[in-house]
Amino acid sequence: MLVFNQLETYLYLALILFAIGLYGVLARRNLIAVLISVELILNAAMINFMAFNRFVAPHPAVGQVIALFIMAVAAAEAAIGLSIIIAVYRKLKAINVEQATELRG
Amino acid sequence: MLINYVPVLLYMGIVVGLIGSIVLLSELLGKKRHTPQKDIPYECGMDPIGDARYRYTVRFYVIAMFFIVFDIEAIFLYPWGVIFKDLGWFGFAEMAIFVFVLVVGLAYVWGKGALEWE
Amino acid sequence: MTLTIPTFSLISIGPWLTLALGAILILLVDALSKGRKTYFPYFSLAVLALAAFQTIDLWGAQSTDFARMVYVDNFAFLFYLILILGAALTILLSRPYLEEWGKDMGEYYALILFATVGMMMMAASAHMIMIFLGLEVMSIAVYVLAGFFREDARSNEAALKYLVLGAFASAFLLFGMAFLYGAAGGSLYLDELAKRLTDAATLTKPLTLLAIALLVVGFGFKVAAVPFHMWTPDVYEGAPTSITAYMAVAVKAAAFAAFARVFFLAFPAFHVNWHMLLWVLAVATMTLGNVVAIAQTNIKRMLAYSSIAHAGYILVALVAANQLGAVSILYYLLAYTLMNIGAFGVVILVARKKDSYLNIYDYSGLAYQHPGLAAGMAVFMFALAGMPPTAGFVGKFYIFSAAVQAGYIWLAILGVMNSLVSVYYYLRITVLMYMRPAEADLGPIAFTPAVTACVIATAVATVLVGIFPGWFYDLAMNSVKIFPSL
Repeated sequence: MLVFNQLETYLYLALILFAIGLYGVLARRNLIAVLISVELILNAAMINFMAFNRFVAPHPAVGQVIALFIMAVAAAEAAIGLSIIIAVYRKLKAINVEQATELRG
Repeated sequence: MLINYVPVLLYMGIVVGLIGSIVLLSELLGKKRHTPQKDIPYECGMDPIGDARYRYTVRFYVIAMFFIVFDIEAIFLYPWGVIFKDLGWFGFAEMAIFVFVLVVGLAYVWGKGALEWE
Repeated sequence: MTLTIPTFSLISIGPWLTLALGAILILLVDALSKGRKTYFPYFSLAVLALAAFQTIDLWGAQSTDFARMVYVDNFAFLFYLILILGAALTILLSRPYLEEWGKDMGEYYALILFATVGMMMMAASAHMIMIFLGLEVMSIAVYVLAGFFREDARSNEAALKYLVLGAFASAFLLFGMAFLYGAAGGSLYLDELAKRLTDAATLTKPLTLLAIALLVVGFGFKVAAVPFHMWTPDVYEGAPTSITAYMAVAVKAAAFAAFARVFFLAFPAFHVNWHMLLWVLAVATMTLGNVVAIAQTNIKRMLAYSSIAHAGYILVALVAANQLGAVSILYYLLAYTLMNIGAFGVVILVARKKDSYLNIYDYSGLAYQHPGLAAGMAVFMFALAGMPPTAGFVGKFYIFSAAVQAGYIWLAILGVMNSLVSVYYYLRITVLMYMRPAEADLGPIAFTPAVTACVIATAVATVLVGIFPGWFYDLAMNSVKIFPSL
């Protein structure tokens, strides 16, 4: 079980999550999917914090507390995101990125 | 230390084996005959009254959003609760302020009528 | 187990508390009492004034508080004052404009106050997580404000674009902070980072550089630097005009406060690495902003590209990374707050009937019908173009001398050339106002007292700060002494 007790494992995991999130933001057209992808990137950062906290940090709790903060912030952001998406949906009757093209220049 | 997990492994094996054998046996032994009575979604419940994929009213989303926002704040209560006694009155006051801010949010939501269903 | 509870003094974050309590009060009164309330703008202005007094009262302190999470120093205080000024001028602009759209609601003022609290947190944070929290407190409020006209498709779209890209940028910033946390061996205090990163440089330099790159992306989004500017024109055009003004000045100022403090305090040892990156960003930002602005016909969109270009000028000061550079960041942000909010005030006055007159040709012949208004706009355009004797000129002068002082001659030359390009599209507005006949009768303009006062005050201040830059220069010089590495 050595692999689970290594910093690198978790950094790779976070990197994979980050890559999935990045792909989602850039490639998905559905707004909810884009929002979920952003949350994935936040989660990747959270895993990084926890991993560094466990393996390199002298102070025992800072990374964990930061993870809690990130959770709360992510929830607030998701709530605002959903409400804006609902407002857009009411107006456009669609939640695709491409539909929002009123502003160009 | 891994030896301690053997019961869990056994348990999981039994669960998978039991379910697998039940599914397999009923597949092998059961008769495959369709009757109108058998094809309805709930054999002994209410008859379905429409398509399952219909649009939910937006109020569900609003309530869900409030739930997310207020629910997630509980993660700050857990660490606080663990060392509640050591923190003493100072910690209590801090958490009281935190909860007060949440209550302000609730009062705002309530006063704006967002909690009314109609 | 024994816990030592750190000592702290609420007075050191007094301005935040005042604004937050004021905003909470507005929300409660708005939700729990019936009828239309007209006193929220006055109340918010009073709260902002109180916060400004508290800041002035704190002036001169130099310490940290709340377990070293918050800086209590003049650099933060000067930013507090600039942010409070931005918020107050925005509130002055808002009332008639919101009424026209039927959206004069208490939440608007509460959200502006909350956003200002977030900005102050960014300006004063001594720990990376404080920067992140401040950024989110600010951003979440501004996302809502950008989409405040819920029934307007353009406002919706602005909020949406700002939300998606803003959330994306803060996630990048956070990812960078996570790497920094690892590279520094588990500390994110800004004052500790410099030493820890240098000590661990042999082992963790790649990680640190990656973190710096991610931080640049995150801050770059917030200050609208090329190539992270894609959202800016759309969001600035679609958002309510008063909020566009607020975003252009205050969000930018707060992001630059955190940007400057992090890079000056935490990464002096890596200056060679990040200055190249920011050098390229600064040149790209100035050039693209100015060149694309020439092609715009919508005034809000033109000012959006101009705000990108101004972010580029401030990046030049950040690259210079000397004392004059830091002073010029502060001075330029003050000047930009005055002249840009003033310009948006004129835009609000001219764009009546739910923003019907936003084309730049709607300004033709404005000088004949409304000479005072045209004179005000001319002052702001001259200031934005950087002509003497306005504040814009002095700001640019400081920035480019800082660049020359630090040895970035080429950067200064490119900056000056960019200013020349920008003169074209700023002067075009002035030429339209004074030399062209009106294409159609502009009709009466309702000079509401608050907006008129705001435009007059910013115009006068733009000129005064330009003629007498000394007092603010001294204040700024005094406040940037906290950076030992400059």
